[in-house]
Amino acid sequence: MHPALSIIAFTTSSGLGYGLAVVLGLGLLDPATLAAKVAHVIAGLLIVGGLMSSTLHLGNPQRAWRALSQWRTSWLSREGVLAIVTFVPFGLLTIATLFFDRWWMVAGIATALLSLVTVYCTAMIYASLKAIDAWHTPLTPASYLSFALAGGFTTGAAFAAMGGGWFEPLAIVAAVALVVAWATKLMWRNRMMTVRPTSTPESATQLGAIGRVRLFEPPHMNGNYLTREMGYRVARKHARKLAIIAVVAGGVLPILLLVVAIAAGTGPAQVVLAVIVVLFHAIGVVVERWLFFAEARHAVSNYYGQ
Amino acid sequence: MTSLPSLPTPKKLGLVIDLDVCVGCHACVISCKEWNTGGYGAALSDQDPYGRDVSGTFLNRIHTFEVVPEGGEVAGEGGAARIVHFPKSCLHCEDAPCVTVCPTGASYKRADDGIVLVDEDKCIGCGLCAWACPYGAREMDLAAGVMKKCTLCVDRIYNETIDAVDRIPSCVRTCPANARHFGDLADPHSDVSRMVAERGGVDLMPEQETKPVNKYLPPRRRRPVADSAPLLAENADGAKGFFAWLDGVLERI
Repeated sequence: MHPALSIIAFTTSSGLGYGLAVVLGLGLLDPATLAAKVAHVIAGLLIVGGLMSSTLHLGNPQRAWRALSQWRTSWLSREGVLAIVTFVPFGLLTIATLFFDRWWMVAGIATALLSLVTVYCTAMIYASLKAIDAWHTPLTPASYLSFALAGGFTTGAAFAAMGGGWFEPLAIVAAVALVVAWATKLMWRNRMMTVRPTSTPESATQLGAIGRVRLFEPPHMNGNYLTREMGYRVARKHARKLAIIAVVAGGVLPILLLVVAIAAGTGPAQVVLAVIVVLFHAIGVVVERWLFFAEARHAVSNYYGQ
Repeated sequence: MTSLPSLPTPKKLGLVIDLDVCVGCHACVISCKEWNTGGYGAALSDQDPYGRDVSGTFLNRIHTFEVVPEGGEVAGEGGAARIVHFPKSCLHCEDAPCVTVCPTGASYKRADDGIVLVDEDKCIGCGLCAWACPYGAREMDLAAGVMKKCTLCVDRIYNETIDAVDRIPSCVRTCPANARHFGDLADPHSDVSRMVAERGGVDLMPEQETKPVNKYLPPRRRRPVADSAPLLAENADGAKGFFAWLDGVLERI
């Protein structure tokens, strides 16, 4: 599948934003501190930025409001609706934090829950597509959710280090979340590499009864929308390297640095380390998201000899 | 609404494509493009039409496959392998995954005849329906930014301003080999349904559980090339009548 930058930016940015919203919703940062107030603004910007980015790949973005109408059947529509609904408690919580120095429990819990449901809807857009074997598994929402939480807690820990709260517990939860997220991702990837394709050139053409099917002539000399959008696949050797880069940058280094940051104790060093953790994690997740698309094979490839 | 019709549609209009007959001439591709670029919805645009990287939107494409039986030889070497031309367009599935994923309600399946259409005024061009379709039946038009797909020539088949003989999809009307047939697959007595029953018509990718309406008639079993050899042999043994006389005359010259 074609790894569209707007979609990668959207899922990464909004995932991180909703993860941070969970931390804020649970009241894990002290609302009276400047760091907590900044965290609210950053979470809001990450979510809004992600959602705006997602409209960039639309052919007719001026009609994007129509996407809120079909929540009965469409996960994309549900995601849009949930994203807007989540803004209500998140907005109230932000007002409470920014202007009244307090955490409002009702809005907070609602923010945390709705944020997770929104991320789940995003993941289900992909997981619901049967035509793409790699995505069509409960491990897809599991990995999206665990990455959102890991990103949220690492970012939350960074704001805690800046004075927003108690760093150590958040850092420990962040490290555990990172382990869970990457373990889920490795299971996801292992499944993708070993799963038997649902459809084959033989089933796609129903000519398997005669023999083995091979594309002899494509429909046109050049590529088309389908080969560009669905036929994109990264070279296997590069994919391996990128997967290793993703795990190291997004998982191994952040966990090690979190341990160092805890050992460093409260101070500027801890703040710098905690921010570096967030940056590394974000880079790792961008690479992971890129591979999520670039490695996935679509059933239509069976008609194009890919 | 992007919910599928709750009851089976009373009519299931669709195509039956005979893979035994298709000669791969691409006439249906061209006639489809010609009709639909001026018909329903936005034109079917081409990008870089006279340049090196020409590409464009098509609702119907012909792939050509080589099928090699177990132990067979590859095509062109006189083996048992065969070439099958394979027209592919929207199959108007009963459980169309492209319809339910649509966030705007632009994609829909008609409750009366089962045709799957896109209301282009509602389409935001997100491309999710094209991802959901395992057959590659939908293509985004890059100029209009909306999703294009086979309409089963909905603007021909009910069109009383054209001759009755033309009230079938453009591809079917054009096919010079008669490999494409149009009809109601919900009616067991229709020509297309009888054809499917007689020839063992099949669904593409049944494992995707989309329940396509369009059916494909598999190529007929072919006689092994070896069985045809005596016809080609250079002898007149067993010739009778005119051929025996001709053989005798030619021998004497």
